[in-house]
Amino acid sequence: MGTLLEIGGLSKSYPGVKANDDISFVIQEGEIHALLGENGAGKSTLVKMIYGLVKPDSGTMVLRGEAYTPAKPIVARKSGVSMVFQHFSLFEALTVAENITLGMDDAPNRKELSQKIRTVSEDYGLPLDPDRLIGDMSVGERQRVEIIRCLLQNPRLLIMDEPTSVLTPQEVDTLFSTLRKLSADGVAILYISHKLDEILALCDHATILRMGKVVDTCTPKDETAKSLAEMMIGGELEIHAQTEFTPGEVALSISGLSLASKDPFGTSLKDISLNLRKGEILGIGGVAGNGQDELLAALSGEAKVEAGMLKIADKPIGQLGPNERRSRGLLTAPEERLGHAAAPMMSLSQNAFLTGRIRKHLSPGGVVNSRKTNAFARDIVKQFDVRTPGIHVAAKALSGGNLQKFVIGREILQEPSVLVVNQPTWGVDAAAAAFIRQALRQLAARGAAVIVISQDLDELMEMSDTFAVLSEGRLSKPQPSEGLTIEEIGLMMGGDLEGAAHV
Amino acid sequence: MDFSSLNPVAMIVLLIGAATPILLAAIGELVVEKSGVLNLGVEGMMIIGAVTGFIAATTFDSPMMGLLGGAVGGALVSMTFGFLTQYLLSNQVATGLALTLFGLGLAALMGSAYNGIRPPRMPRLEVEGLSDLPIVGKLLFSHDPVIYLSLALVLAVWWFLNRSRAGLVLRACGENHEAAHSLGYNVQLIRFGAIMFGGACAGLGGAYVSLVRVPQWTEGMTAGVGWIALAIVVFASWKPWRVILGAYMFGGITILQLSLQALGISISGAYLSMTPYIVTIVVLVIMSADRKRASLNAPACLGRSFHASH
Repeated sequence: MGTLLEIGGLSKSYPGVKANDDISFVIQEGEIHALLGENGAGKSTLVKMIYGLVKPDSGTMVLRGEAYTPAKPIVARKSGVSMVFQHFSLFEALTVAENITLGMDDAPNRKELSQKIRTVSEDYGLPLDPDRLIGDMSVGERQRVEIIRCLLQNPRLLIMDEPTSVLTPQEVDTLFSTLRKLSADGVAILYISHKLDEILALCDHATILRMGKVVDTCTPKDETAKSLAEMMIGGELEIHAQTEFTPGEVALSISGLSLASKDPFGTSLKDISLNLRKGEILGIGGVAGNGQDELLAALSGEAKVEAGMLKIADKPIGQLGPNERRSRGLLTAPEERLGHAAAPMMSLSQNAFLTGRIRKHLSPGGVVNSRKTNAFARDIVKQFDVRTPGIHVAAKALSGGNLQKFVIGREILQEPSVLVVNQPTWGVDAAAAAFIRQALRQLAARGAAVIVISQDLDELMEMSDTFAVLSEGRLSKPQPSEGLTIEEIGLMMGGDLEGAAHV
Repeated sequence: MDFSSLNPVAMIVLLIGAATPILLAAIGELVVEKSGVLNLGVEGMMIIGAVTGFIAATTFDSPMMGLLGGAVGGALVSMTFGFLTQYLLSNQVATGLALTLFGLGLAALMGSAYNGIRPPRMPRLEVEGLSDLPIVGKLLFSHDPVIYLSLALVLAVWWFLNRSRAGLVLRACGENHEAAHSLGYNVQLIRFGAIMFGGACAGLGGAYVSLVRVPQWTEGMTAGVGWIALAIVVFASWKPWRVILGAYMFGGITILQLSLQALGISISGAYLSMTPYIVTIVVLVIMSADRKRASLNAPACLGRSFHASH
């Protein structure tokens, strides 16, 4: 096998940051090459340059012996470079076939294309119906659409940006066998991830990025997850011990919670019941789009439900709005950091005020007490190690990980009796993620009840005392997380809520 | 009461005439909204079309030049909206409203020398034999060419949006502009083109008002037709065929109101003039009551500015 793509000294700067600094490495034909690094290490910028979305400031790329300077994605695709994005570039209101046509430069007519979609998708074990609407499909199926769209153009290099972050374990297996088959057919794959076990299982070579620079290359076969992680972080990895779980009295009781989704492509909640005890961390797993957003809305008070469906300290709260729930100790941190958890254009101090007003008494008599508000915001920044020039900075200026620490810290410092977080470490680098998990655990150790909704199974296994799965709007019976195997959880995520429950 | 003045065939012919400017403006706006842009300046583009069409028709003494002039005038004024919203990223709602106010003022200025002039007459389509048929002839074969053009335009828009690749790309921009951009489509340019098409259609509708419907130039003569056209796009849930239904229904209400006045039924004229607007509001409320259905069809990126971040 020869050299497919040779990258020499690529650099790219944005105002204030050097996103990529003199990056060089080589991808061979047909190999699966991992690009490993924490968030903000420069992986995305690098692949965007390879795919023609970003123009490098300096450096060269050589594709199969010829200079390669894609000005636009269309040029990249013509040269045989395709990309599957982390956030899919799909159109929910259009069909599979229409979506695929849009991504192709010389699309055949409808009938021919439908036929081709069927054959190619079945060849690679990813069956697809060309006439279905994307909006009706699961995240895993949507990813298939993206992959098939790429495959129909016979790529030589397929770039995959964090492809497994939204998949069930079974779907991950399917994806891996597809990728191995592609690699055997001579297609090189540039696989971006920060999940070490995947890279160990799948990749032939790895290039490790840190702060925009190549810091190491290795053959994953010869490494361990720990050694890879240390290369990635550039230091010793600290592993926190799990705190002891002693369940107290019921803090939040949910009985027969049902809620019709407001989103035409959303999932309605169906008859969810559970008792959450003081000091308990309940992990709720499941593939995105199975009712997570709706559950958060029902708990936060953004969507009202029948009064008796939710009770805190035996008092019904289903009809109360978010502020009244906050005053009773139920706080939430939604998934979407910018626009839902925080107002992007407002300063950190203003954002701290928005949810902290009641519990922290920040506006006595309806007048904002700026001294107290600023003190609260500074407290969050200090205690949660939020890296920011100051509390006057707009929320959107913070990096994802820092803003997430701020959002979680803001709720924790209000000392809730029940805290609900959705995807607390989504897109957050390993160090910040560990910090957030530790803070949530400490909160529970102080006697609060915590619900963690996440798609990261490792995270849930690591931190939760009890575990349940949300599947098509139904919640499985919570059970102790200790002793659950990935296979059992995978079956539950696929909708087999009963089958796994009596294991 | 004397109902004999209510001749159904004559009323339908009148209805079609009243509906055509609404239909033209609405089908243009539908394309604009499908690309993800909300242009509230329809009324302004129509009145500009009415005056430029009128000027072109009287200057060249040709109604066809008038129609062309109206379309060009509407398209030109829509380009200011397109430039402001697509390239300078101004707020679409505010810019659209400003466009209406600007259009009304500019049209009054341009048309001040044309008050009281009659434009050249728009010929009617006369098909030997067919047009003389009783009822059918009047209903189908004796309209002016713009009416046939407007229906053909709806057909063309339907085909474009649902069958052509370019139409698919346009819809894609309206559904998810980030994704369309990452696939390599020029969202701004596509939207700019859609805005110009919408402007030309609105201008054509305006010219139809000043050349055929009224026919003369008076200030503010479009009298809110542009707003009804905007409402009809929502009423039609962004489907071209339903735009015809909506436009003809509203045309019917307008004619009914005039007929009732002619009958001397003693309802204050103010109430009758209100009816199309009240019906618009009622229909919008009914439509949006079922949030699922309404939101399913609305372009997901409607009214959102797009700015390529890299």
